[in-house]
Amino acid sequence: MHRFANPGRFLRLTDAWMPWLWALAIAVTAAGAYWALVVSPTDWQQGETVRIMYVHVPMAWLAMGGYTGLAIVSIMSLIWRHPLADLTARELSPVGAAATALCLATGSLWGKPMWGTWWVWDARLTSVLVLFFLWLGHAALVRAFDDTERGARAGAILALVGIVNIPIVKFSVDWWNTLHQPASVTRLDAPGMHVDMLYPLLTCALGFTLLFAVVVLARTRAAVMERRVRALEMARARRLDAPQ
Amino acid sequence: MTSRKKRRMWILVLCGIGLGSATALTLTAFQDNLVFFRSPSDIVAERPTPDRAFRLGGLVESGSVERQPAVAGQRPVVHFRVTDGANMIPVVYQGVLPDLFREGQGVVTMGRLGVDGVFRASEVLARHDETYMPPEVADALKRAGHWNPAQGAAPDAATWNTLNPRTQQPTIPGRTGS
Repeated sequence: MHRFANPGRFLRLTDAWMPWLWALAIAVTAAGAYWALVVSPTDWQQGETVRIMYVHVPMAWLAMGGYTGLAIVSIMSLIWRHPLADLTARELSPVGAAATALCLATGSLWGKPMWGTWWVWDARLTSVLVLFFLWLGHAALVRAFDDTERGARAGAILALVGIVNIPIVKFSVDWWNTLHQPASVTRLDAPGMHVDMLYPLLTCALGFTLLFAVVVLARTRAAVMERRVRALEMARARRLDAPQ
Repeated sequence: MTSRKKRRMWILVLCGIGLGSATALTLTAFQDNLVFFRSPSDIVAERPTPDRAFRLGGLVESGSVERQPAVAGQRPVVHFRVTDGANMIPVVYQGVLPDLFREGQGVVTMGRLGVDGVFRASEVLARHDETYMPPEVADALKRAGHWNPAQGAAPDAATWNTLNPRTQQPTIPGRTGS
């Protein structure tokens, strides 16, 4: 793990992967979108509205999975003080916030015709809203310090405190009664979803996950290069300032 | 791992245990306030006073929906019963019902319980369950007598989630061939 934490090696390694990752992410997402939006059947009572689920569910998984990733890089940042972990956390939170916002927006669009309301304050919806604010709070906090290292430290602590919310989001529908339905796919017995809908959903989830990963990678690469440029500029300024 | 890194790791582990148990205790303490709705059995066990608004949730009892004849210029009135299998509460509601409302569907209604035992709802929300099924599969299950949506939730997902309705008949556990 420590070998990959070297920013220079990270740039060299990912340099070769990036075009392939972009191509794969776009291809899988496009195939998943076609399968889900055109080929897959409607639902017996939701009708065409069921297609919102093919965006909503992957975004919900990414909101939670991405936050778990944020907690992992925060642990690496606090214990090993890896500069790459700090940069990844900083570049991860705006993307995670975007996924969570999409999850909330698509859920609301589905809720109005199906439930009869855009929003209710049940345990699932409220805990996902808290997750959205945690993402935004992290993104703002790491950028609020002049000393980037102190900002990264504060952000890592916030991310780790916020991780208690992840089991609450996941199990809210089992622990308390909610308006939101329980999980259909990630449960112990057979999925409560017909395979004609399940397979396009899993394809969409894979595509969006690849897209999420490649966007975060691209942002982190840009951040590493930006840091290098800044270091070179500082060195040049120091050289120019020095007495001849 | 150096001793400094080890120390930082132990601090994180201890903070995590502390934070985790604090959260678990808080959630347990607020258990009753975190439920979104109460079931008919909860209401029968502990009857709220008529001035208290709360949410009642359960299934719309089969055969209980009665729509009153429409009066021009007024919103439609509907009577139904909400059941959880053990107990039921009669509900009256004036307003537009969500598309998913039907007998056997889960609903969450907001309102007050009158002294006559009738729940006067000011809002009715439909609750979708975790079942996602193409119309042909639902029709095949209904035709085979395997499922009546008005009676409640869909049968065990393993019996239908790979069913191809064009070539297969649903297999019904506990019943042999036909």
